[in-house]
Amino acid sequence: MAGRDDVAGFPLIREPLLKDVGAPGRNRRVLPAPFDVPQAVDLPGIAVLPDIPDVSEVETVRHFTRLSDLNYGVDNGMYPLGSCTMKYNPKMAEAMAEALKPVHPGDEAAMGSVLGLLFLLQQHLGEICGMDACSLWPAAGAHGELTGMMVIRRAVDAGGSGRRKVLIPDTAHGTNPASCAVAGFVTENIPSGSSGFLTAQTVEEHLDGDVAALMITNPNTLGIFEEEISEIARLLHENGSYLYMDGANLNAILGVARPGDMGVDCMHVNLHKTFATPHGGGGPGGGPVLVKEGLAPYLPLPRIVNDGHGGFALDREGPESIGMVHSCLGNVAISIRALAYILSIGPSGLRETAKAACLNANYLRSRLAGLYDLPYPTPTLHEFVLSDRAFKGTGVSTMDVAKALMDFSFHPPTVYFPLVVGGALMIEPTETEPIEELDRFALAMEDIARRARENPEELHGAPVTTPVGRVDEVLAARSLILTWP
Amino acid sequence: MSYVPHSEDDLRRMASAAGLTDPEDVFSPIPRAVRHRGPLSVGGPLDEETLRRLFRVSPSRAVFAGGGVYRHHIPALVDALSSRQEFSTAYTPYQPEISQGTLQALFEYQSMMAALTGMEVSNASLYDGATALAEGALMALRGKGIERVLVTRATHPAYRKVLETYLSRAGDAVVEEVPFCRDTGRVDLGALASAVGSDAAFFIQNPNYFGVLEPMEEVAAAVSGTAGFWGIVVAEALSLGLFRPPGSFGPDVVVGEAQSFGNHANAGGPLLGFFCTRREHARRMPGRLVGLTKDSSGRTAFCLTLSTREQHIRREKATSNICSNEGLCTLRAALYLSALGPKGLRSAALQCAAGAGELTSLLRDRGIFPLFSGPCFHEIALPLKEGKRQALLAEGIVPGIPLVRDYPELGEAVVTAVTEMNTKEECRWLAGMM
Amino acid sequence: MNIPDDLYYTENHEWGKVEDGDLRVGITDYAQEELGDIVFVDLLPEGTAVSRGDSVGTVESVKAVSEVYAPVDGEITEVNPALEDAPELVNQDPYGKAWMVVIRMTDPSAARSLMDSRAYEEYVKAEAK
Repeated sequence: MAGRDDVAGFPLIREPLLKDVGAPGRNRRVLPAPFDVPQAVDLPGIAVLPDIPDVSEVETVRHFTRLSDLNYGVDNGMYPLGSCTMKYNPKMAEAMAEALKPVHPGDEAAMGSVLGLLFLLQQHLGEICGMDACSLWPAAGAHGELTGMMVIRRAVDAGGSGRRKVLIPDTAHGTNPASCAVAGFVTENIPSGSSGFLTAQTVEEHLDGDVAALMITNPNTLGIFEEEISEIARLLHENGSYLYMDGANLNAILGVARPGDMGVDCMHVNLHKTFATPHGGGGPGGGPVLVKEGLAPYLPLPRIVNDGHGGFALDREGPESIGMVHSCLGNVAISIRALAYILSIGPSGLRETAKAACLNANYLRSRLAGLYDLPYPTPTLHEFVLSDRAFKGTGVSTMDVAKALMDFSFHPPTVYFPLVVGGALMIEPTETEPIEELDRFALAMEDIARRARENPEELHGAPVTTPVGRVDEVLAARSLILTWP
Repeated sequence: MSYVPHSEDDLRRMASAAGLTDPEDVFSPIPRAVRHRGPLSVGGPLDEETLRRLFRVSPSRAVFAGGGVYRHHIPALVDALSSRQEFSTAYTPYQPEISQGTLQALFEYQSMMAALTGMEVSNASLYDGATALAEGALMALRGKGIERVLVTRATHPAYRKVLETYLSRAGDAVVEEVPFCRDTGRVDLGALASAVGSDAAFFIQNPNYFGVLEPMEEVAAAVSGTAGFWGIVVAEALSLGLFRPPGSFGPDVVVGEAQSFGNHANAGGPLLGFFCTRREHARRMPGRLVGLTKDSSGRTAFCLTLSTREQHIRREKATSNICSNEGLCTLRAALYLSALGPKGLRSAALQCAAGAGELTSLLRDRGIFPLFSGPCFHEIALPLKEGKRQALLAEGIVPGIPLVRDYPELGEAVVTAVTEMNTKEECRWLAGMM
Repeated sequence: MNIPDDLYYTENHEWGKVEDGDLRVGITDYAQEELGDIVFVDLLPEGTAVSRGDSVGTVESVKAVSEVYAPVDGEITEVNPALEDAPELVNQDPYGKAWMVVIRMTDPSAARSLMDSRAYEEYVKAEAK
């Protein structure tokens, strides 16, 4: 470890582990001490001091500031992760969430105002999605899916049919089958058609008396609108089955089309994808569930209700409900940001958001389609999928393209998903990228395509400008070091 | 208003480059029949100042509510650093080369949680303490021969309800309650001994929902080698700064809620579920894990690992359906633990315990006694008539969380939490009015 | 690609070697190549009764999990203990040190219904297209 690396490296200093920062006695923080602590505390099981680092304030601040410098955020630049949707997170929403910080959920007076805001968000999400009832408690998209599928399971059981099968198209997110399994369903994969959308005929072929629901993402993960969705819904309903929609791509159709109007019975929304809440490096998210009236009794507890005096309260009773899915009210501070976002842009802003998201994607698609293989020529909305097929024989893969993009200061797109496309590059610029950023991205992709043909070896070495080079995931999995020594 | 960075001219230019005559044509793949006509009936657009007025919330003057969400002092540096956009707006660190900040912070969080709980492995978070308990039970049920889940009645009622929700969908597993002693508030060891068995997974919250410290050595003796699987639930992570690490009692998992580590009460969320276990169970655990490794030139680096347990690879056979968790809350926990250090964490926990002691003696002077004789950390179950509770609320004093709905056998009562955010004056005020 | 002559093969890319009434089973060179670096091998315990086509365990790379199927009916009599600590053997020596299980065959002639090396070679060529 000796040498230049240890002392230089501006602007990126190799940051040691926190346990190697500081020393005993460094932390001199003055903490609130309103009470007199007795000399000998009379409690059982008191331990020696906890074994965590002893670090001064400036060392803590520098450590985490330097770690932050090793990251890439949305404010750094384009983050075109298809279906994961990483758009700009307005600073305004952060300011609105400030007010919640000191509020304890047991503070009934203060919670009256908070519940009022949450109720308003439920109503707004209902209007945006064309659905009748909403629960905000799921803490992320996958939690919303699970909650939604539990709602369907409860409805199916209440109806006495005991149906256990859920149909899932091959373009689905991995969370879909996993959520179904936790909800006690078995899943059956069904193929999407050669044009990249699911046909009513395929659905009809798979329907039988055991099908509880079909789970669909619309627009799907190829960015294609499921144009036969109304017919699919009709077939499902005729068969006594429900239509579940994964709302991961709702951002593409805001104000233009509503899932409820397409025959969707139950769905979830990902607040960060559609309503611009920050992703936090992997949460907290928000996965509200919305249902049509017939499923409303099964929604999780508690429910926000009018208290009869113009305020709001929580109703914790509901014999038909699936029960509670979170110990409190889900990620309230995220819900509040989503509401602030909706109100700040209003109905016209929501529609404009969808339009710009789709235009940005179509603009970029038109610039890249000639350079990369476009497996589905069907028109797309907010995202599109390319593949690495054009580089066959050069040894250059989608992984190389993704890593090379980092050297242009872009986050890579979603890769190797959806599974129906081999070597997929799933690109979603979102509505918040200015045209110059899109052009710069297209130029980077052109440059990478050129090098793939002329100098493929060089791409295997990418990235070269990032804080670390390609990371050895095999070593991580084989050695399995999950804590510091 | 919108956050779209285009002028009308930009939109037209992009449409024409994409081969569209009009920007609106971009929606042509959507059949007319499902189009929404007219504007959505939602509020706005509103300016920032109007929004600020709308989002104003005023907390009560003195708050003694806990019950799984705690108000603790959070050093200013936690807000300052966790709001850096490099952390707060980043995605899940699937691309490790440009996510080393998130990954290293998660690794440090995992290391500190493992040390504090006395377990070998910690995951990178779950939604909250309740879902952490549910995931713990699901993990137990995936093991051989486990068919029942035992949980103490003094475990957080909401946790038990979430557990019921998860398990009632997951097969035939039964949830059974282990009662508490009405005088001590501690688990009924006799009932535990007769309920436990190799076909059962057992979970106990400590300190329990009433704030009472469970007799962990006796509990461990009763279930070690007898229960097929057992876990300790910690709903107040700050207790880890004072008491023997729960892992030292030998459980299979320690799960719970770490909101107390640097996360605001936030009207109830986001919370921070944690999940710690022994190394032998690592491949069966839910949620993300960060591992230490090297990059292409041999430098230390971090990446997500054991992904094959997860939904995006194993799909319906995954150990959990969880994807996004509470990433930024773990960063805040790491910041908080770093800011407080071992002595700070101990001192904050001691302040809480001392505060609860102070309030108890003030109440005793007025002839009011806790419901239970068992030793408490910083929450106390107290008798309180509903009328009196309402009167206190009207005065801006939140005396605690009512117990009657979840424990009707205790009558009208509250569980009252004292933390270092309360003052002696507030305690006198509360005691004087109870 | 290495396809030894003295082994039997399955459509799921397992190999089997007849040893009296036992079948020693592993995954083929082609399979390990397709999976990439193996990081974990998880096998059923000795004494487990299996039918042809049942999973006898899983092989994990960083990005994929693959089942290993029993080529014949029988009972698992041996499990390779070396793979627990050295999963990389599957990449290094798929036909040797990385054998996975030994199955005592219910019908000692069952292996003859599997593909021989030539048939497997054709099969792999067709699959690679």
